[in-house]
Amino acid sequence: MQPDFNIVLIGGSAGSLSRVLRLLPHLTKKLNIAVILIFHRKEDEDSVLHDVLAHKSEFTVKEVEDKDPIERRHVYIAPADYHLLLEKDLTFSLDMSEKINYSRPSIDVTFESAADAFGESVIGLLLSGANADGVDGLRRIREEGGRIVVQDPRSAEVPFMPQQAVDRLSIDLLLTEFNIDDFLSLVTS
Amino acid sequence: MNDDLQLTDGQIEIILSDLIEQYGYDFTNYSSASLKRRIQRLITMDKVVSFAEFRHRIQHDAAYFKRFVEQVTVNVTEMFRDAHFYRTLREEVIPELATRPLIRIWHAGCSTGEEVYSMAILLHEANLLHKSLLYATDINPTVLEKVRLGMFPMSQMKQYSENYIQSGGRNDFSKYYIAQYDTAKFDDSFKTRIILATHNLVSDTSFNEFQLILCRNVMIYFDKELQDRALELFDNSLEKLGFLGLGSKETMKFSSLVSRYKQLPNKEKIWRKMS
Ligand SMILES: C[S@@+](CC[C@H](N)C(=O)[O-])C[C@H]1O[C@@H](n2cnc3c(N)ncnc32)[C@H](O)[C@@H]1O
Repeated sequence: MQPDFNIVLIGGSAGSLSRVLRLLPHLTKKLNIAVILIFHRKEDEDSVLHDVLAHKSEFTVKEVEDKDPIERRHVYIAPADYHLLLEKDLTFSLDMSEKINYSRPSIDVTFESAADAFGESVIGLLLSGANADGVDGLRRIREEGGRIVVQDPRSAEVPFMPQQAVDRLSIDLLLTEFNIDDFLSLVTS
Repeated sequence: MNDDLQLTDGQIEIILSDLIEQYGYDFTNYSSASLKRRIQRLITMDKVVSFAEFRHRIQHDAAYFKRFVEQVTVNVTEMFRDAHFYRTLREEVIPELATRPLIRIWHAGCSTGEEVYSMAILLHEANLLHKSLLYATDINPTVLEKVRLGMFPMSQMKQYSENYIQSGGRNDFSKYYIAQYDTAKFDDSFKTRIILATHNLVSDTSFNEFQLILCRNVMIYFDKELQDRALELFDNSLEKLGFLGLGSKETMKFSSLVSRYKQLPNKEKIWRKMS
């Protein structure tokens, strides 16, 4: 099932929460997208993250439960200690297999499964972080016809993760503090 | 990684129908994204070069079929994972079971048994272990062998001991096992209350009536249709007022059975069968 909206995946690790908090107010009802957040964090911070992100945008914020449907105008949070996969019938599946890149959820795992299921409807955004998770996933999104965006490493609290992506891939947009409009038109086109 | 053989969805379907025909194992209603990922992982690990070779090997080499099942299913598990879940078992569920002459508990998809031994510890601490039976079942016979041994990696004990304390445990966790090099061997008194059997939630039927069934992080690997089948099976295997415990991100909300069940407070993933 090809969705009639785009799916925007945001992967982040150390230092990426503040960037997401600045992005959320731009998510208004007229944007025809679903947003999925994959954050590296500790097991017991689930509800904290949900509470911090809720009501910061016009989207509904939800921590994913197994087999939840993927719907537009929602921000989905990958739960701690599971990998998050996207199914072709527009639902989520969870998986508790081994950590990837020392991480569960792993950004690569979600990015790769989204690319496999939804190809060119997928946009991947990689934010600040200290680990190389996410780069292979971005490459896969690219290969399947989706688009990839990376936070400008110069503005990232921890530049390693976005820098890896910039060094190794050709990206569609480098997200700075000043080109949010470019980002919004990219994700909706 | 990118040079590895990538199977198409159609090729995966062929493998799955071979498995039904040849071995009677039906994976067609597993969550496809994760199944595909696991099969792809096996192909990379085993450096498989062609679909034909992979298919032939699964069809004709029973040992390789065994490996396929072991690697494609996910066996990751922990003792006292989600401490609040075990705290609820300790404080709300076990006291309800205490008056029964015999307590029967089913761990469906028990993997290597960490969850079963956690439960046995709770029952022991409630002075109920002597009149309890823990049925531990899984599709994969290799993991059941590990349940029987009751030996878990020593490197995990620090984490498990913390989980145990958070679940309301008051003892010194290390009194429950003997350290043998890099393994922790759990007390044999637990083992005497555990009954092992292979059981496939896809195709096998109900085999007893239970007061408590735990099936945690197994149905995440099933699509909704197969989840419904498994939930029916649990419903048929649960006494009235019995309890069903699921994994922390699993839910009964998509099932029509939910109207006959009542979820315990605080959104704990335990449902009680009301009628
Ligand atoms: C991730 S483990 C969960 C272990 C434990 N319940 C926990 O939550 O920690 C999933 C287990 O389900 C088993 N399993 C998968 N498919 C099954 C089926 N059709 N019938 C029974 N068990 C199955 C696997 O072999 C594996 O041991």
